[in-house]
Amino acid sequence: METEFTPWLSLGGGAMIGASAVLLMATNGRIAGISGLTSRLFARSSDGEARGVSFFFVLGLLLAAPLWLIVSGNWPQQWVPSNPLLMAVAGLLVGFGATYGNGCTSGHGVCGISRGSARSIVATVTFMATAFVTVFVMRHVLGA
Amino acid sequence: MKQIFALLSGLIFGIGLIVSGMADPAKVLNFLDVFGTWDPSLAFVMGGAIAVTAPGFAWLFRSRQTPYFDSTFRVPTRNDLEPKLLTGAAIFGIGWGLGGFCPGPALTALPLASSGTLIFVPFMLGGMWIARHTPDLTPKTKEGTA
Repeated sequence: METEFTPWLSLGGGAMIGASAVLLMATNGRIAGISGLTSRLFARSSDGEARGVSFFFVLGLLLAAPLWLIVSGNWPQQWVPSNPLLMAVAGLLVGFGATYGNGCTSGHGVCGISRGSARSIVATVTFMATAFVTVFVMRHVLGA
Repeated sequence: MKQIFALLSGLIFGIGLIVSGMADPAKVLNFLDVFGTWDPSLAFVMGGAIAVTAPGFAWLFRSRQTPYFDSTFRVPTRNDLEPKLLTGAAIFGIGWGLGGFCPGPALTALPLASSGTLIFVPFMLGGMWIARHTPDLTPKTKEGTA
């Protein structure tokens, strides 16, 4: 399925993501890494204050689409793969991998690269590479 | 106050994901499909985000010793490349390529209640729980978190 190339919207949306990361660091002193913030909700040893910040950040994420609906009158446009087995496996790998590797697209890809972290640059190159290969195999080898 | 700003940060992040198109797995999968229906938009999302975050962080750490409503900037200090980092990143990338969702967009898309999202998110949270309770099997050099 084709999607429209949206350089300006993507750049603008990306800048908002960056502004959010700077705002969270400026006010709470924390990295806006979604897998880190979310998985901290399940951490064994995490302190209540850290968990509170995670809770409110995730709540904000969850309120974004409803706010979009209220302001624009429409849900955001999207297409989500519907194969339940595929999505279950994908979810498990994303949740486990991002937490085990200490970060996802936001924590490593945006915040880490912005700090010039070697770990984050290597992690980002790694997950980009396996993601490209996965899509290639799924679409052009298996033809799914 | 800090909770309000955490909520606001999450809200801005989510709106950014929607505006940029990253909350739509179709766009993500097309970004990853260079040899098919390639849509390079996602490169602009990362570019736009880093173009704000990099100078923003630099300015922040130069001009302030502490955050506005907290006592320390919690910035990861590790710089070793251990197998755990690479294994986790590789596994994450495979899942990202299968479903087109990474954690932020999946949570942002949850209220839209697509059947795929409603399956993805609980399994993602389960995967996070497992990873949080999996002991690190690789040799440790020093303690740290990201």
